[in-house]
Amino acid sequence: MSVTKTYEEINRKLKEGTAVVLTAEEVSEMAKECSPAEIAEKVDVVTTATFGAMCSSGAVINFGHANPPIRMEKIRLNKVPAYEGLAAVDTYVGATAVSEENPKYGGAHVIQDLIEGKDIELEAWGKGTDCYPRKHIKTIINKDTVNEMYLFNPRNAYQNYNVAVNTTDEIKYTYMGTLLPKLKNANYSTAGELSPLLNDPEMRTIGIGTRIFLGGTEGFVTWQGTQFHTTKEKNELGVPVTNAATIAVIGNLKAMSSEFISAAYYEKYGTSLFVGIGVPIPVLDEDIAKRVSIRNEQIETTILDYGSAGTPSLGRTNYAELQSGSIKINGQKVRTAPVASLQKARKIANILKEKLQAGEFEVTKPVQMFPTGTSLNSLKEVEEEN
Amino acid sequence: MKTVKKRFVLNFPPQSGDKPLSYRLVKEFDISINILKAEVKPGKTGTLLLELEGTKENLKKGIAYLEENQVQCQPLKKKITFKQEQCINCGNCTGVCFTGALKMDRSNWELKFKPEKCVVCELCVPACPLNLFTIDFN
Ligand code: SF4
Ligand code: SF4
Repeated sequence: MSVTKTYEEINRKLKEGTAVVLTAEEVSEMAKECSPAEIAEKVDVVTTATFGAMCSSGAVINFGHANPPIRMEKIRLNKVPAYEGLAAVDTYVGATAVSEENPKYGGAHVIQDLIEGKDIELEAWGKGTDCYPRKHIKTIINKDTVNEMYLFNPRNAYQNYNVAVNTTDEIKYTYMGTLLPKLKNANYSTAGELSPLLNDPEMRTIGIGTRIFLGGTEGFVTWQGTQFHTTKEKNELGVPVTNAATIAVIGNLKAMSSEFISAAYYEKYGTSLFVGIGVPIPVLDEDIAKRVSIRNEQIETTILDYGSAGTPSLGRTNYAELQSGSIKINGQKVRTAPVASLQKARKIANILKEKLQAGEFEVTKPVQMFPTGTSLNSLKEVEEEN
Repeated sequence: MKTVKKRFVLNFPPQSGDKPLSYRLVKEFDISINILKAEVKPGKTGTLLLELEGTKENLKKGIAYLEENQVQCQPLKKKITFKQEQCINCGNCTGVCFTGALKMDRSNWELKFKPEKCVVCELCVPACPLNLFTIDFN
């Protein structure tokens, strides 16, 4: 009989301090000597993590009402436009929104400044209504003056991502970093065998309501992420070979730390936000044990030419090769560089492991599982009727 | 004898390529040469970024010799510094650093900076998403 465990059993062991928790890298190492059945028996939870730039991130903020009150219909935070269509004093500031005065300062920087307790200039305008007579306000806010302030990221933690290269004669500045001409470098972004959605590729334990580590505190998975694509090509181990599923996440920004949330600016691209995410995966059975045992050499990804229109594929590689420092593309040796921090991802996986072992963190049974068989629509251009 | 290492930007006039300048630097002044960066356009002026190693005395003589031969020698005044304490070890800068001055330490995935390998190409300055590199003029 193969082992099966319930969430309740695992949580009980976590509370008692008897659960065995390993990071995804540690379990991959263990898998060299143990079978999935043995791992299912010995290991209760595996921690996974990632720390990368995730453009689809942002924060919901409620400023509180001024006296006299204003219905904010145009909002600037340190000159960065924030969304004005959410009642009177609610807003959403997106990581990639950018200051009208400084293209290198964006919503991501507002979020980092808020976490760090810095003062932010809030300026807002309204037309003035009978119930909200005020037309303009310019003041200072910070994390202690606002009411709620939470990170709500529609698309994070991509399950795999492609490698970016450039075959043209010119340098290309992209969200995957600076790509030197003529295949002089190859940039990759996923944490490989440590990456959350690569350790549970079918998302049997990750769903709506999953408790995660987010930016230094506890957060939750709220929905499947946008551009959630579960029918991409998979290799023989069931791992997609390019960017596929994603998660939407939420967490209290006031409790986060800029050690795990960091604003970024990419030359000639714009701003983005590095987000640290950790996901605990309960080892419920042998199948999950097998999934979390996956090693870098078994996770393949696709090399795309970001210099050419349509980003054509130049072949495949795997994370063992990528992390070795160079890969071969069309017989040519190309230097590789990560654009996401494996050092931070490891730190997160270890923090989460310690919290679980100390009984300070639970594994959560999703309230609802993600949809299956999804694919993406592309944006069609409709010809205007005369 | 104690030797020192110094970096120079050399500007060659057109058609100076046929004189065995570097040969004589090595032979006569016992200076060892490390070419860090070269930009030579045929028939036009050329620029070299060199690291010269020799005794103080010999370096002086060598530079004087180069200048006699219409080669301008300017000590390299720029250097790259970075705010290590704010580094998130993302690796973006290592992608552009073709000299290997910036590399990831693959045991702990932290950034390692070896200033002695840096040729001040400045590519890492815009490549760092946290804007941690600055060019210092001394
Ligand atoms: S300037 Fe930056 S990229 Fe260029 S060699 Fe020095 S460290 Fe490397
Ligand atoms: S790009 Fe900047 S933050 Fe990233 S590793 Fe290099 S110096 Fe550190």
